[in-house]
Amino acid sequence: MDSLVGISSTMLYTAFILYLIATIFFGATIKENKKQAKKSISGKIGITITIIGFLAQIVYFITRWMASGHAPVSNLFEFMTFFGMGIVFAFIIIYFIYKLNILGLFALPIAMIVIAYASMFPTEIAPLVPSLQSHWLYIHVTTVSLGEAILSISFVAGLIYLIRQIDQTVRSKRTTWLEIVLLSLFIFVGFSVISTAFNLSGYSAEFEYTFNGQTTTTDYHLPPIAGPNEGKLLTGDRMEPLFDAPGWMQGVDAARKFNTLIWSVLAGIVLYGLTRLILRKRVGAAIQPFLKKAKPDMLDEISYRAVAIGFPVFTLGGLIFASIWAQIAWDRFWGWDPKEVWALVTWFFYAAFLHLRLSRGWHGERSAWLAVGGFAIIMFNLIAVNLILAGLHSYA
Amino acid sequence: MNNNQSKSNKKQKKRNRLIFRTVVLAVLLAAVVYALVSNLTQDETAVKAGTEAPDFKLEQINENNERETVQLSDLENKGVMLNFWGTWCDPCEDEMPYMQSLYPEYKEKGVEIVAVNLDTTKFVVDKFINKYDLTFPVPYDSNEEVMNAYNVEPLPTTFFINPDGEIEEVVEGGLTLDKIEGYLQQIQPEQ
Amino acid sequence: MSKIKCECGHVNPEGTVLCEACGKPVEGNQHIDGNDKRKLLNMRYDGSARRSQTYNKSIVDKTWNFFSSVKVGVWLIVLALIASGLGTIFPQEQYIPANAASRDPSIYYESQYGILGQIYYQLGFHNLYSSWWYMLLIALIGISLVICSIDRFVPLYKALKRQRPRRHTQFLKRQRLFSETDNTTDDDKAKLITKLKKKRYKVHEENGHILAEKGRFSRWGPYVNHIGLIIVLIAALLRMTPFMYLDEYVWVREGEQTVIPGTDGEYHIKNKDFILETYDENDPRFQEAIAQEGNVAKNYQTNAVIYKETGEKVAGAEPKLEKVKEEKIKLNHPLKFDSYTLYQSGYQQNEFQSMTFKVHETNDPDEKSLGSFTVDLTDPKNEYNLDNGFSVTVSQYYPDYEMDEGEPRSKTNYPRNPAFVFNVNPPGNEESEISFVGIGRNVDATGENDYKLGIENFETRYASGLTVRRDYTLPLFIIGAAIFMIGVIQGMYWHHRRIWLHPESEGMMVAGHTNKNWYGLKKDIEHIIEDTNVKMVKDQQEIE
Repeated sequence: MDSLVGISSTMLYTAFILYLIATIFFGATIKENKKQAKKSISGKIGITITIIGFLAQIVYFITRWMASGHAPVSNLFEFMTFFGMGIVFAFIIIYFIYKLNILGLFALPIAMIVIAYASMFPTEIAPLVPSLQSHWLYIHVTTVSLGEAILSISFVAGLIYLIRQIDQTVRSKRTTWLEIVLLSLFIFVGFSVISTAFNLSGYSAEFEYTFNGQTTTTDYHLPPIAGPNEGKLLTGDRMEPLFDAPGWMQGVDAARKFNTLIWSVLAGIVLYGLTRLILRKRVGAAIQPFLKKAKPDMLDEISYRAVAIGFPVFTLGGLIFASIWAQIAWDRFWGWDPKEVWALVTWFFYAAFLHLRLSRGWHGERSAWLAVGGFAIIMFNLIAVNLILAGLHSYA
Repeated sequence: MNNNQSKSNKKQKKRNRLIFRTVVLAVLLAAVVYALVSNLTQDETAVKAGTEAPDFKLEQINENNERETVQLSDLENKGVMLNFWGTWCDPCEDEMPYMQSLYPEYKEKGVEIVAVNLDTTKFVVDKFINKYDLTFPVPYDSNEEVMNAYNVEPLPTTFFINPDGEIEEVVEGGLTLDKIEGYLQQIQPEQ
Repeated sequence: MSKIKCECGHVNPEGTVLCEACGKPVEGNQHIDGNDKRKLLNMRYDGSARRSQTYNKSIVDKTWNFFSSVKVGVWLIVLALIASGLGTIFPQEQYIPANAASRDPSIYYESQYGILGQIYYQLGFHNLYSSWWYMLLIALIGISLVICSIDRFVPLYKALKRQRPRRHTQFLKRQRLFSETDNTTDDDKAKLITKLKKKRYKVHEENGHILAEKGRFSRWGPYVNHIGLIIVLIAALLRMTPFMYLDEYVWVREGEQTVIPGTDGEYHIKNKDFILETYDENDPRFQEAIAQEGNVAKNYQTNAVIYKETGEKVAGAEPKLEKVKEEKIKLNHPLKFDSYTLYQSGYQQNEFQSMTFKVHETNDPDEKSLGSFTVDLTDPKNEYNLDNGFSVTVSQYYPDYEMDEGEPRSKTNYPRNPAFVFNVNPPGNEESEISFVGIGRNVDATGENDYKLGIENFETRYASGLTVRRDYTLPLFIIGAAIFMIGVIQGMYWHHRRIWLHPESEGMMVAGHTNKNWYGLKKDIEHIIEDTNVKMVKDQQEIE
């Protein structure tokens, strides 16, 4: 049993490292000129390593499944990890359609950010609560995350398009927005960095507070900037919170999550600031020269194609399979639970995307911005809905 | 000639299109109106004033009353005050003495008071009946069958049924002596 | 307002942008698709006349045109998107947690979320998804779906049916993929045609002009998926009629039997047993997680028997019952009978079924039992006679005891906190003593009792909460969803590709169009011109 779990986590770690190496090889393709690009060796090595990494992650998935007895998609760690795997899978598919190396340079780091983010949540194998004990668990969850992963590739292509195309010679609304998008990626990295740092140092501070009339305790693993509302610090020689989380923040451990969010944003801003300081220009402007070779038409098409492929998969998994399961488990196929609503919002968004593109001729930059917006909604649904808006789906 | 023909053709086409569009829009409009109206009226109970009171038959557990069972259809040609109550419910307890005080008089006048009880144990009902010396029939509906048939939500709920078996009034919540008497007069059969 | 006759001889309906047959841009209509400002032709709906854009007269026409606009449709989608998001800021009324201090929405939102919560409640956002305006919004999307589809499907269908292989050179030159080769041979052309056929293009020929077409059916995808959506909306509409959709809830205690609401008293359910299991905390797989998060439920299950009433029925009268089904109802395993479905959806743990009391001497420190008796809490008796000659009469019973303004009373109907007033009559006709006994309570009325009652044992039982559903609209939802999926796959995973070969004096023009995946079309063309003199098409799309 233990050995299976051991293999499983080693494999996940291996996959992560392999993705990192593959990214470097994809990075090397930038320097190649057009003729080389057609038969790029580093591109080939990159995709091979990506596939090996993907296989390693599949081994992680299977061994964890064997160890727990249920598909490892039942908590935030497992689900986000699977989502990261989905992004890699979607990238591999799109890569074989379009053979665009630059895509790997962006898609793999985003998959890695997602996996690193996932590992910050409790990784113990947890038993399945009755409502999740169904084959629909993996049918629904795998399809929906695959759909979202394919849609994420649309974001990757859109992002490359924006960095490539936006005029960086002057500061404008567009450059600012692009920086904000990049900053939010830094925040995810910041979260992983800061969590790892304090985990290694073994930081812990316990608080006591009242929630729904009951006194409970919560364990902070990051120094409390925001403490629980009217909470009491139990652990000695730890810093007192700078302020209390507002009282309207409800849900289990709302204050702790809020504190984590503050830390992540701060760490992200610091990382971003350092990067700016080193580069001495906008991050987008710094990346832009490396992307000159990518053809914007191609990026635009990939971005759209990913939506065209991902939208049906997402509809099937996120709305149809979800409804079937909800009908079996919760006696109604639709109940306006926040997660359901946000799946619908995602669906509306991409429906609007397709209509704008097909009927109103929104191509190029506008389409790319929409792809970014869609990814933001997906991430909101994956993270914020679980952590902030309590509901039937909040299993983290 | 040819010109005229094409003109009339065009007119015809235009009219057809107008009819088609009107029909499609009318159907869609009807669907929307239906959706909105049925959404607004969803919460209304099916058993309401003006409808016929559903029949039921229950065991009667008040030892001060001679009936063994109560069947609503047996009370034809009488006015019926049909009250749903439980011993644990405060406002139910409050109105019981009023009902008892009016019962003998209105029984003479052809109005029956029927107080359907929803407790799970007869024991507490017996104690309660003895405490207030109730004499009207108390049918016992411990599995809430009749309560469901009447769509009763809050307790107490009282239905005033006229001699024709039609519901005159539905009152949710407690009643005062005056109010009970007023309603009883409403459903009293003509002499 | 007249029909437009093209120089190729084809008569087009008014509002046509590109001649249905030869594709020549119709003069005076180029602003409609913005072709006047661009080099390439806008190919959406193949330049056919969307009628909505040509008439604007009566109110009917105006309304029609309003809904026929995709712009309006997209706005409606965006509004629905924003509205849906708004409803998740705070929980909807049905998701107010059961353990909230007050579940009354007028109190809950303000007390939990302050002034913002108050505003949220006053705007009716706590029931946003059943509000009239949200439903209206969805309904308007439905209307837009129907009208947009009608207005676009018909002309597109006609245009694709009427298209001819021979196209106007202006049309070809203004396609995104285009090339012109000065010298080509018949051999080249024959090669192209063979290769096109090999690639499974349908090749049409007219006087040497070639139209090779593939995947036209993908153009119908959007209309098919819109039909699916309309069916789903119709199903949602039907679901509002009480006959089509039933939603009830029933509590059944272990060992008890009750009528299933919503079945007109036709069906009864018996709860033989309710089972609540938790995971073994010593299970090596889950040890760590359970140690951190606490016990986790493994199973909620009701062992249920369904009975059907036979013979004529009067509500409440003792029915004749016939067993229909015996099954375990679990989460994810609902029970189905007739057209109804029963779902495990809740349970109550804290109900007592019976209590056993013992009598002992007040000053006996060991509280040695002199005799005991068991009270069935669903049916307490008036008097209990003990073996040792004692008799105990029950003078009061409160199933769910509480003190209310100094008066003992029962808070609910259910034995959740049972309490009794007993009269204890010792043998030998001594005076009876009054005792008050409840959970954690044992009060001696006078303080001079010789005997005391204690709770020796008790049994609790579960009450199981089951949802009762009957939904005749489900098949319609399934059909709608299936049609939607077919349509969306048809439209998204296939592409409509067309390649035109146009002989021009000694040479040939090649043009290509697809509704998506230009990269794939380019690869196709690259493949078919291999080993010929024909030049590869140029992508004329302006780089944005």
